[in-house]
Amino acid sequence: MDFALSEEQQFLQQTVNELLQDQCSLDIVRQDAAENETKNQALYGSLTELGIPGTLISEDYGGVGLRLLDAALIAESLGGSVATVPYIGSSVLAPLAIQLAGSDEQKDSWLPKLASGEITCGVALGEHIGARDNTPITSEGSKVSGRAMFALDVQDADVFLVATVDDELHLVEANDAELNRLFTIDKTRSVGELTFDHAPSDSLESSIDSTSTLAKVVDAGRVVVAADTLGAAQSMLAKAVDYAGERQQFNRVIGSFQAVKHMCAEMAAELEPCRSLVWYAAHAYDAIPEDARITACHAKAHLAEVGRFVARKSTEVHGGMGFTDLLGLHYWFKRIELNRQLLGTPEFVRNEAAKVQGWI
Amino acid sequence: MDLEYSSEYEDFRNELRNFLEENKHLSPGAIARPPTNREGSEDGPNPAQRWQQLLIEHGYAARTIPKEYGGCGEAPDPLKTHIIAEEFAKARVRPGHSGDNRLVPTVLELGTEEQKRWLVPPSIRGEMSWCQGYSEPGSGSDLASLSTRAEVDGDDFVINGQKIWTSGAQHADMMFCLVRTEPDAPKHQGISYLVFSMDTPGIEVRPLVTMTGDATFNEVFFTDARVPKNQIIGKRGEGWFVANNTLKHEREGLGDPHQAENRFREIEELMRNETVDGDPIMDNPTHRDRLLQLQGRMLAMKYNGMRVLTSQRKHEEPGLPRWIIKLQGCELNHQMAAMAIDALGELGTLYHRSDHMRAGGMWQQRFMMDLGLIIGGGTAQIQKNMIGERALGLPKEPKVEVKPT
Repeated sequence: MDFALSEEQQFLQQTVNELLQDQCSLDIVRQDAAENETKNQALYGSLTELGIPGTLISEDYGGVGLRLLDAALIAESLGGSVATVPYIGSSVLAPLAIQLAGSDEQKDSWLPKLASGEITCGVALGEHIGARDNTPITSEGSKVSGRAMFALDVQDADVFLVATVDDELHLVEANDAELNRLFTIDKTRSVGELTFDHAPSDSLESSIDSTSTLAKVVDAGRVVVAADTLGAAQSMLAKAVDYAGERQQFNRVIGSFQAVKHMCAEMAAELEPCRSLVWYAAHAYDAIPEDARITACHAKAHLAEVGRFVARKSTEVHGGMGFTDLLGLHYWFKRIELNRQLLGTPEFVRNEAAKVQGWI
Repeated sequence: MDLEYSSEYEDFRNELRNFLEENKHLSPGAIARPPTNREGSEDGPNPAQRWQQLLIEHGYAARTIPKEYGGCGEAPDPLKTHIIAEEFAKARVRPGHSGDNRLVPTVLELGTEEQKRWLVPPSIRGEMSWCQGYSEPGSGSDLASLSTRAEVDGDDFVINGQKIWTSGAQHADMMFCLVRTEPDAPKHQGISYLVFSMDTPGIEVRPLVTMTGDATFNEVFFTDARVPKNQIIGKRGEGWFVANNTLKHEREGLGDPHQAENRFREIEELMRNETVDGDPIMDNPTHRDRLLQLQGRMLAMKYNGMRVLTSQRKHEEPGLPRWIIKLQGCELNHQMAAMAIDALGELGTLYHRSDHMRAGGMWQQRFMMDLGLIIGGGTAQIQKNMIGERALGLPKEPKVEVKPT
């Protein structure tokens, strides 16, 4: 029994953190945000050199062949630095879907390019999660039609993975789809609206017979989004503690006032158990199948709640400065808020947890 | 990350399961506190004491207490301790005890050889039970300001003053108690830690009825109570240090994640079985979502507990994951009790052995007791100070000089 990160995992996270410290400063994030840049080439290039896009791709296809917990640790780091690079769609959802449901030929043609960072993949699973404002995505032969909202990692994507109303998964080359970028509060990641009009598609074979592939891919995505929130919230807590330890009023640092100290303590007390929940859910995805879906749902929902609490309290600890653009705290706040809605709102995923347990 | 147990631990678990299967008929019914020699029969040990003895013989109670003091003398193994707690809970069998989880470790760490032999063996056999004399009417969160005095007179300390919130004082055989022995020293350095019999002349116990309607706590009054000088643990004036040792052991016991998981299962069952207009409460989406939110919190605390356990096994200081357990665990238990009461609606308010009452009024009892636990054992606010200062490194509040008026 060892519920802890291995030395390799600690080293992986430390390496990614150091890279991000160097290449994803707040100034860089700010500049990217001003230009609606969500795929910072220099940063993405460095992450690719570390093999990050291939984290979950088997070594047979040029990836690193790690597990979801490793991917969650990376997501935590990316969230912690509000990194302006594709990840959840292109490096988690797409590779897992292709590996779980693709034919050998499809794996051969897509995975090595995803692993090497040569291409990125936008992912639109709205039809499965809960469709909004869209025209149903349908397939006919090897063509798909319809409109998908809130596709992830769409900027400069070379290919899109899209779910149909029947929970089939299809790959569509970017040139065969119409992309309309949508602009959310979070300027560090790209989402978009995809329109397909009899677009030629490459359907992932086994997704047609089984909806379980899609559900399993979504489980992984939920854990990774939760990990991103964990990292972002941890950064907000650290910033609040630093600020409370420096800022002086009434000739004292404000962190010596219990009103402020207790806000910091409450954030830490809420957030620290979340780390264990994310670790467990990520581990369960690979090793404890009977717990995988329920803990993925709870990780997603609980991190959404605690993330929002920490984002709000941390901003409050910073006083008026927290509300300004000057400190840039709002990049983390907004990342947490987007994560909350992605791949199912807390209410939606808790309801799914109820179904898994046979409560409804 | 590896959540499998090695064969050594699987074997240990299987042996324990077999033991429980074969012997659980010998375990006494659920009794809220260890038995005392006051109620023990003249003819030998009572059933609870015999059960405890059987558990000690098999290594399932008083595991790490050295053999010469009546324990099993095993090396500390947090994983085995965890397995024992888990299996007894699953089998719904009363677990054994280690005498008193605050007093016994303190005596073993800081007592003299003579004190260890005097106090530890009868405590772990369940023949000597304890109450804790710490809080006073004027000294709650600011415990170190306590004013119960002990003055030396010949070979004795003579105690005068009052303690409050003394759980189990009406049944206990002995008290471990903080008293002020050096009134002129700074407040943390003038305290001593004494142990004495509750039969000592000059001690009066008055029950303190709480909002639950029960008197689990007491006030204890001392009027010239004489305690031999050698019944001090540690040195004179070092009682604060000794007490912190005890408090460490107490805090670890509060907010246990196993308890939250058991409660969650009970509420799940309740919501499936209780109906409104013939429909199970579980069918109501608002109640259901509340239960799910609590489940998320409960799971986070459960896995946090696994993380703490792993650190302890590796002899690492768990840090923040451990600091938050009392605060979060007690709050979660309280919210669970509230949830169960709300699921029952008006039925949830039935108490005092009323008709139609569910589970003996247990949820109201817990709801109130949990509030007591949020306050006791270091209030939630004191916990937040400790998290803020010790775990996050925020500065203490500046000391204010108070001039006597």
